[in-house]
Amino acid sequence: MILCFVEGDELSAQAVGFARTLGEVRAVTIEGAYQPGAWAKALAAPEADAIVAAGSDRGNELLAHVGALLDQPLAANVISVDGDTVTRVRWGGSLLEEARLHGGPSLLTVAPHVHPAVEIGDIETLDVPDDGSPKVVERVEESSGGVSLRDAKVVVSGGRGVGSAEGFAIIEELAGLLGGAVGCSRVVTSAGWRPHADQVGQTGTKVSADLYIACGISGATQHIAGAKGAKKILAINTDPEAPILASADYAVIGDLHEVVPAISAELRRVRG
Amino acid sequence: MRILCCVKRVPITGGKMVLTDDAQALETKHLGFTISPHEECAVEEAVRIGGEVVVLTLGPAEAEEQLRDQMAIGADRGILLKTGGEEWDAQSTAAAIVDAIRNEEPFDLILFGNESADAAGFQVGIRVAHALGLPVVTGLKKIEVLDGRVRCERDVGGARDVYEAQLPAVLTVLEGLNLPRYPSVPGRLRAKSKPLAVVELSRPEQKLEKVRLVVPEGQGKQAEVLEDARQVVAVLQSLGVA
Repeated sequence: MILCFVEGDELSAQAVGFARTLGEVRAVTIEGAYQPGAWAKALAAPEADAIVAAGSDRGNELLAHVGALLDQPLAANVISVDGDTVTRVRWGGSLLEEARLHGGPSLLTVAPHVHPAVEIGDIETLDVPDDGSPKVVERVEESSGGVSLRDAKVVVSGGRGVGSAEGFAIIEELAGLLGGAVGCSRVVTSAGWRPHADQVGQTGTKVSADLYIACGISGATQHIAGAKGAKKILAINTDPEAPILASADYAVIGDLHEVVPAISAELRRVRG
Repeated sequence: MRILCCVKRVPITGGKMVLTDDAQALETKHLGFTISPHEECAVEEAVRIGGEVVVLTLGPAEAEEQLRDQMAIGADRGILLKTGGEEWDAQSTAAAIVDAIRNEEPFDLILFGNESADAAGFQVGIRVAHALGLPVVTGLKKIEVLDGRVRCERDVGGARDVYEAQLPAVLTVLEGLNLPRYPSVPGRLRAKSKPLAVVELSRPEQKLEKVRLVVPEGQGKQAEVLEDARQVVAVLQSLGVA
C-alpha cells in the first residue's frame, strides 16, 4: 500500500499520479490548523510500502518529520523510481542524483511539474489530535499590490547589467506596458536595489509566465532554476556568450539601457 | 542567548554544471565556495538577535574558510565536524550534528537553512529537532524572539502563517529573512583569531546512498536573435502578450 498525503492542489494530483505507478494508493488528507509535527505522526505508518507527498513546502516538511519519526531515509523531489533506486532533483533542477534508498517504508516527495495530474478519487480524512507541537496560530493576509511575480503572464527581470536601483525605472516601465511583474536576479537583491520578494531563482520565486524577459542577467544556474518555468525566455544582453542564451528562445544582443526603452517606445507606437 | 547556526560549504556554480569523471561531485577546480543562501540569512539573524553565536559545519578541512567567513560577520566561534571530503546523507549529517550539540548544550536557538543549495534534502533541521526533543518551525522569513519563546512567520503565497514555539527551539529559515551584511576588513582580521574546534569524523553507512550525479539534458536552445525593437514587438504580439 502506498500512503499518499494530499491537499486540494495541482501538485497533490501529480503526486497521486506518480504514487499509482508504485502500487495501490491510499490517499489521505488532514484538516484544521496546520501542525506539522502532529500531522506527521498520523502519516508515519510503518506498514506502508511507501509514504508519498508532493514536493511542496508542506509535503517536504511533513515527510521530513515522518523520516525522523520512523528513522528512515527521505528522498525529496523525486522524478523517477526504479526498484530501490531513485532519481531526484538537486540544485533547483540544475542537477539530478541517482541514489539507492536503503530502508522501508520508502519515503518520497514528488518533484513538481514532472508527472501529469490525475483524478485523486476517494480521499480519507485522518483525525489528528493536537500534540502541543508548533502549529499555525494566526494567518495574516497580505494586501495584494499589483501582479504577483509567481502568477504574472509576463515578467520583466533585471540583473547586474541594470547597474543601480534607479536603473529599474525602464524595467518597470516595460513591465507596466505589458501588464506584467518586475523580477530581478540574486545579485540585485544582495546589492539592495530591489526587495527579496522580487527575486527570481532557486532561493527566490519560481515564475510560470508565458514570457520571461531577462535584461542584463548572465544566467547563473541559481537564476535559471527560477526562470525556466516560463514558456518562452527573451534575453537582452551585451554578451553574445552569456549562459542565459542557452536557456533563451529569443535574444537581443545589445545594451538593455537602449534596447528596453526602444521596446517600450515601439509598443506605444504600434498601439497608437 | 546562545545561538547555533548550522551551515554547509557549497560551490558557487556559475552558469554551467560540470561533473567530475566519476560523476560523484561537481568539478570545482575553477569554482569558489560559499554557504547556502538561506544559511547566510540564518547567521545574519543570529548576529542581530545577539548573545553568543556559534557556527557549525560538517565538511572537509577547507570548510574552515566558510566558518571564518561567518565569524567575520559576527559569529563568536566555530565548530568543524571534519569529514574526508565525501558527501554525507541527511540522516548521518543530522546524527553528527546532534552529537556535537549534546557536547555543547544548552543552546536557546538552533538555526538551519530550510534546505541546502546543493543536495536540497529539506530535512536535517527537522531530524535534529526530533533527536533532541525540541520544537521545530521551518521555512521562516521572520523571527521575533520574545520572553522565553519565539514568534515566527512563513510565506504561504499571498498570506503569512504565524507560529509560536517555546525556547529552546530549532528554526529553519529562507533567504529574504534579512539582507546579510558583507564581512568588513576588521571583521575578517578578528575572525582569524576566534576559536575553532575541530572534530574528526568518519562517515557511517549511508541509507540514501548516492550512486551518481547526472546533468539533465539541456534545453539545448539556440536563441533566435532579434535585431531591433520592431522585431521584438512582433514576437510579443505573436506570443499574445503585447
